[in-house]
Amino acid sequence: MSKNKKQVGAVSRRGFLKALGVGGAGMLIPTGAMAAQERVPSSSEGELATLLDLSKCIGCGECVNACRESNASKFPEPVKPYPDMLPAKRAKTEDWSDKRDVDDRLTPYNWLSLQNAEVTYKGEDYDINIPRRCMHCQNPPCANMCPFGAANKELSGITKINDALCMGGAKCRAVCPWHIPQRQSGVGLYLNLMPRLAGNGVMYKCDRCYQLLDKGELPACIAVCPEDVQTIGPRHEIVARAKALAAEMDGFIYGLEENGGTNTLYVSPVPFEMINQVIDKDSGKGVGKKANKGRKKGLGPGKPHMDAVKDVMADETNLATATLVAPIAGIAAGFLGLASRLSTGSEEGGDDAS
Amino acid sequence: MQVRPYSAWISRLFILAVASLTLTGFMQMPLAKRYYVTMVPGLAWTGDFFLVHKLHYLLATLLLFVVGLVVVNWIKGWNRQLSLTPLGMARVGVVAGLVVSGGLRVYRNLPGVTLHPMAILTIEWVHLVLVMVLGVLALVALLRNCSAYAVRK
Repeated sequence: MSKNKKQVGAVSRRGFLKALGVGGAGMLIPTGAMAAQERVPSSSEGELATLLDLSKCIGCGECVNACRESNASKFPEPVKPYPDMLPAKRAKTEDWSDKRDVDDRLTPYNWLSLQNAEVTYKGEDYDINIPRRCMHCQNPPCANMCPFGAANKELSGITKINDALCMGGAKCRAVCPWHIPQRQSGVGLYLNLMPRLAGNGVMYKCDRCYQLLDKGELPACIAVCPEDVQTIGPRHEIVARAKALAAEMDGFIYGLEENGGTNTLYVSPVPFEMINQVIDKDSGKGVGKKANKGRKKGLGPGKPHMDAVKDVMADETNLATATLVAPIAGIAAGFLGLASRLSTGSEEGGDDAS
Repeated sequence: MQVRPYSAWISRLFILAVASLTLTGFMQMPLAKRYYVTMVPGLAWTGDFFLVHKLHYLLATLLLFVVGLVVVNWIKGWNRQLSLTPLGMARVGVVAGLVVSGGLRVYRNLPGVTLHPMAILTIEWVHLVLVMVLGVLALVALLRNCSAYAVRK
């Protein structure tokens, strides 16, 4: 908990829902019955985003446990022994099935973890706890660049990996600016195709409890939080809330610009540059020395950073214009007679036009 | 006598674009590092997913330029001098499918665009299957010694 927690406004999970007019009836009933009344806006209202007020998080871990319980049915049950991969030196199995209790990092069995940063800012000490999970990018590279269409962003703003289609190549983890998805070998489609040569399992990450959202219920990590750290709603409203909250606490927002914008917004009373410098300093190292190369010890796959992130798909967005212009340029060149000009002097033999 | 009504450069550009697109397309799959392609001198770049992706876009612009050029010239006059071979016709159809599915792929990657997961799956697999069909057709054309897309009427 923040040692010097700034008083923040009325942005609370329940207050927000009431403001949306979907939980108003809950005001009249006991708290115990509140959960059943809590409803979130449907996907028809556009992308849903979450706001995490880091000045409120006490690091109790309720969200971590609730996430596990809510998503337990989705966790992998790998078939052992695992196929001998080829080439063995390059395709190594990743097995978390015997480490299901690990909760200080993201794993296929732990889609939300807590990070901690003790920061002194403007002469005050802060103990910031940060629930970390998929950022649910607005233009997610993991989904855009999956070669099989296994990862997709949905209209609700959720980026979801289809475990029936995922081959576990881990490209999504490589292109994710935070290296969020985690691999479990010995499960998934590759076992039925070429288990030794193609694929290596399935990638897992937060899917924002879509099974609950589909029923109009809150994601487990939001519903269970005793401090109302998180709120969820249409992105434009959440962005407005985040800005208002940041202004109120003279704080900072993470996720508004990162990777072109995400559907997970963190608001903190201290700069995220400072958080990123000391984040998770007491935790164990992340998986893979190579993956951690150039990063501060402790961060890496499974232990996301909080550094600034440029829009990694921005170049592709610009190049999309080029793909639109190219055929038009070709057509124009055709009308201008480029083909015949190129032909001048190419008095080639042959009887075809390949 | 000039048999082709168009420059050999158009064929060369087409072959260059399709071959490079095939390479960069297959490298969209996480194969390069696993199968030591990155260890081949000069091919280390194949392990950089973003670089390969951008190259695929750039090569697509080259292909689309050539396609635009050829289509206009075909309408302007080549259609009166040339006729597509059966294998040429099949390959033109497959290339058209690749262009359309690739275009949809580019569209899907734009910020603010969200398609239904089934639509995305269809686009991905149509694109992947068509490039394999194009490879098979090219092989058949090579083996049957009729690689021409079109012959003089």
